[in-house]
Amino acid sequence: MKLQKIIDTLEAVTLDSTTNTGLEVGWACATDLMSEVLYYAHENSLLLTGLVKPQVIRTAEIADIRVVVFTRGKEPDTETISLAKRKGITLLVTPLSLFTASGRLFSAGLQCCPYT
Amino acid sequence: MDHTRKIDGRFNLVGGDFTNAGEASTQLKKILQLRGVKDSYIRRASIATFEAEMNVIIYTPAGILRYDVDDESIKITVEDMGPGIEDIDLAMQEGYSTAPEWVREMGWGAGMGLPNMKKNSDVFRIDSAPGEGTTVKMIIYLNKGEQS
Ligand SMILES: Nc1ncnc2c1ncn2[C@@H]1O[C@H](COP(=O)(O)OP(=O)(O)OP(=O)(O)O)[C@@H](O)[C@H]1O
Ligand SMILES: [Mg+2]
Repeated sequence: MKLQKIIDTLEAVTLDSTTNTGLEVGWACATDLMSEVLYYAHENSLLLTGLVKPQVIRTAEIADIRVVVFTRGKEPDTETISLAKRKGITLLVTPLSLFTASGRLFSAGLQCCPYT
Repeated sequence: MDHTRKIDGRFNLVGGDFTNAGEASTQLKKILQLRGVKDSYIRRASIATFEAEMNVIIYTPAGILRYDVDDESIKITVEDMGPGIEDIDLAMQEGYSTAPEWVREMGWGAGMGLPNMKKNSDVFRIDSAPGEGTTVKMIIYLNKGEQS
């Protein structure tokens, strides 16, 4: 799914004007547990989380995740934003809850990372 | 890229240092990328190393991460000066965690770290005893034919 469609579906805002909205996202993973991300997420997937911490960016980088969506309108601090920028990770903020955001993306055709 | 040269090195890990948590694994990832190791191996090595690094930062005062890379494999050893693990079989179970609340607030404590290290390495060994620290050894074999 194209990043632009994800932004529209989630009524999200991007935190960087240089975002590549044509980026293709393969799967999604929704959790606040970093080891779950590292265990289940595939590269090129999207992470939906309510956890707004630099830890999330570090984890995304290690797992080759290019896009992180923060739910319930939680804005990351400047440290988290600048870390993401340095690592080339796109950050989105959606006003929706983790449950609703996941439901919308699932209905729009985005699937959970398959277990390998 | 010269694949025949052996490279090794080490990083010192400081317990409780959450600001730099993950830096050693991130740097190792860059080293492997520069060497031209195939992405899928780099990803497995990075995930396994990051989980081991986080455990040192969360549960121990200090540790050392060593890496050894040659044509055949990536070898990672993470040794710490922490309290050790009483029941290794229990610690290895998915979902088992003693992480306190403040660690869970940072997104850790799923009890998936050790299982994740095992999942991503070809050889996984953990040695630990109460009062004697913990040593995790991991090997990822590189399939030469597939290396990009
Ligand atoms: N280096 C270590 N020193 C002392 N205890 C450890 C160490 N590594 C792991 N443990 C113990 O083993 C348990 C399980 O570790 P594991 O990494 O699998 O899960 P976790 O760290 O609790 O959560 P997660 O890794 O999913 O964030 C820990 O909660 C801790 O009690
Ligand atoms: Mg752990």
